[in-house]
Amino acid sequence: MRIERLPALLAALALLPASFALAACGGDDDEGGGGGGGGGQSAIQSNPDNGKTTIVVGSKNFTEQKVLGEIYAQALAAAGYKVKKELNLGDEKVQQKALETGDVDAAPEYTGTALTSLFGVSSDDIPKDPQQAYSEAKSDYAKKGLTAYPPTPYTNSNEVGVTQKTADEQGLKKISDLKGKSKKLTLYGTPECRQRNDCLLGLEKVYGLKFKKFVPVAIDLRHEVLEKGQADVSIVFTTDPQVKRNHEVLLDDDKQMFPPYNVTFVVRDKTAEQAGPDLGNVVGQAQSGLTDAAMSELNARVDLDKKTPSQVASEYLKETGLVQ
Amino acid sequence: MIDLLAQVQLHNRSGGGASCVADNGFCPGWIVDNFTDRYVDPFFQHVYLTVVSVAIGFAIAFALALLAHRRRWLIGPITQVTGILYTLPSLAVFFLLLPITGRGNTTAIIALVAYSLLIIFRNLMTGLDNVPEEAKDAGRGMGLTDRQLLWRVELPLALPEIMAGLRIASTTVVGLATLAFFAGAGGLGEQIFADINFKSNVVTAGGLAVLLAAALDGLFLLTQWLATPWMRARSA
Amino acid sequence: MDEGEVGMITTFAFLGQFVDAVQYIFGGETSREGTHVGGSQFLDLTWEHVKLSLVAMAVACLLAVPVGLWLGHIGKGGFLAINASNVGRAVPSLALIAFFVAYFGVGFTNVTVALVLLAIPPILTNAYVGVRQVDRDTVNSARGMGMTGTQIVRRVELPLALPLIFGGIRTSAVNVVATATIAPLAGVTTLGDPIINVSGYGETGRLAAAMVVAALAVFTELSLGAIQRVVTPEGLKLESDQASRRRVPLITRRQAAT
Repeated sequence: MRIERLPALLAALALLPASFALAACGGDDDEGGGGGGGGGQSAIQSNPDNGKTTIVVGSKNFTEQKVLGEIYAQALAAAGYKVKKELNLGDEKVQQKALETGDVDAAPEYTGTALTSLFGVSSDDIPKDPQQAYSEAKSDYAKKGLTAYPPTPYTNSNEVGVTQKTADEQGLKKISDLKGKSKKLTLYGTPECRQRNDCLLGLEKVYGLKFKKFVPVAIDLRHEVLEKGQADVSIVFTTDPQVKRNHEVLLDDDKQMFPPYNVTFVVRDKTAEQAGPDLGNVVGQAQSGLTDAAMSELNARVDLDKKTPSQVASEYLKETGLVQ
Repeated sequence: MIDLLAQVQLHNRSGGGASCVADNGFCPGWIVDNFTDRYVDPFFQHVYLTVVSVAIGFAIAFALALLAHRRRWLIGPITQVTGILYTLPSLAVFFLLLPITGRGNTTAIIALVAYSLLIIFRNLMTGLDNVPEEAKDAGRGMGLTDRQLLWRVELPLALPEIMAGLRIASTTVVGLATLAFFAGAGGLGEQIFADINFKSNVVTAGGLAVLLAAALDGLFLLTQWLATPWMRARSA
Repeated sequence: MDEGEVGMITTFAFLGQFVDAVQYIFGGETSREGTHVGGSQFLDLTWEHVKLSLVAMAVACLLAVPVGLWLGHIGKGGFLAINASNVGRAVPSLALIAFFVAYFGVGFTNVTVALVLLAIPPILTNAYVGVRQVDRDTVNSARGMGMTGTQIVRRVELPLALPLIFGGIRTSAVNVVATATIAPLAGVTTLGDPIINVSGYGETGRLAAAMVVAALAVFTELSLGAIQRVVTPEGLKLESDQASRRRVPLITRRQAAT
């Protein structure tokens, strides 16, 4: 390159980021960070004003929740908020208590879990439409002083899982097929499953199933017990990577017992007010990449590759271009 | 929907076990990679809990032993009380203390201290009681006061027994401290519990606890050997 | 409110929690979904806890007592018998249970095996030391009377070693009852369930379970202590007051010094 051209080239290069910034500013005013547009638009922008708000992010005690908690926490930090993490709180009731008392300011929850376990909606009354389920959950949360942000695209439901072998031997395709046969089968699930209408109680009431025995085990073991042959049936999740790898069969919910389970980021009203509109925008941006396949992949990186949720979350944010 | 620059890279996972980790094996490679992130901090938390608890337990038991050495009638009641504390399962004690002292190191340390009292107290008393009369007579003959007798004759001769007590106490406290995370005090047990199914994790975290117990055991043994030259001379 | 008043309120607050827990033990509560916890349900948990402990102790005794007695009788394997306790002490119960869960899976059998391994060392050590410390003269005169080895063990050494053996059993039993509290990690629903899986029971339930477990452990200790006193031959009782109070495996001065 000829040296005379250098100043012109440098000037052009200097203008480039400026033009991106202008485009980004323009975009933010109109759509608040949404919509397509220049390459820089989908990255999370850091707003120095947000630094005055501290947000404590919590999560429940299984892999997907920990990854979600990390994703939200890192996204909010990228947006300039002061973020503290209190992940791995426990089950949904523990997390709800932490939100209500202010031990944490924000946490991800599934719409279905909120309706059945936290707000006591019976299986018959739960809306099957995900958007409706979200609106109901949102108004129930509002009564407790909590704001529920719009849900993720993916849904992660409780599933009744068996091994391929059991499915073949017992002829199981849907949950109703277990009627009569369940008396000889053992069911393994989480400890809280015993009291949930979208778990053991629902299976008993809606499908009329009586299992030979219910064994409560730690949530991390839900696939091991199937693999090792200790459980005939186990409660697993749709996005579990082990389902594909172990060739497990998820029985069809023909009586539609399970509600929709999209993730909604629940924030205390006071924190939401203080955080301003950026909070909702960042949450929307952060969860926009979470398709069924993506979430399953992220879970796999923790459960199968044994990476930490923190690593996996930052990989997600980098790979989707949300964080540079 | 928001357009993103890219999507998450998906890896093919329907194949069989591709790696040691995915197969839930014992994977030295993974352990080495993750050692500093996952095990170093809990290990030092564990050391802290053990050392502080044994130190405080020793201090209290020592004071009690000195009291009971002169006032023999105290031995019974002290043994009874410390005995009950010893019997209570540590996990139960953590949660019995929870309403009073809350979550955190304090609750764990109180429980661990309570547990170690009986062992150390009992060994102190046995050690002091087993001091040969001749040694005490010789001391008195040399004109030592009761106090000097205690510190210059009785306690040094009781050292092996005391060290034995410290060895037992510290190894048991290391074991109990693995449950301290239930009280909110961290430690290696938290790591075991975090992935109770992953063989590499369980063996590493558990193994570190065993090593710590062995190290403390060896340390007290060495201290005893160094501090009692007359025992070495005798067995030589 | 000044500090004194705040202090008093906190004291009454936690006393209230203990009272609630006692009510929970006897009455229990019914959740919104209709499941009953506490009260009679605690009996189920207690029975599971006791059952697990009894099975583990029975197997451990069947294995450790004969071996310890025989090793003590022939005077070999002392290093193994004494140090079994030291090694056993160094392995945390959580690590042992976790090891079994990771390698063998969950279930009653797996947990029982882990508990048996936990219970053997104190019984083995005490059986060995118990026989070793029987007066050699007594043994020699028995041999002189023409008794065979097995007869000596059964009629002379065992009765004289019984107090120490029971001391070992007592230590093991308390350890096993304590460790059975974390059995829920391995899928066995004992009294540890309200403590480890607190959801569904609530903090009151957890405190209640802690109280029951503590009471169970103390009960085990006291009842085995009573049995230990009963099996101590009169002669030994007169011999030493202190020795019968020993609750932990006996480590004599000589052994402690090595």
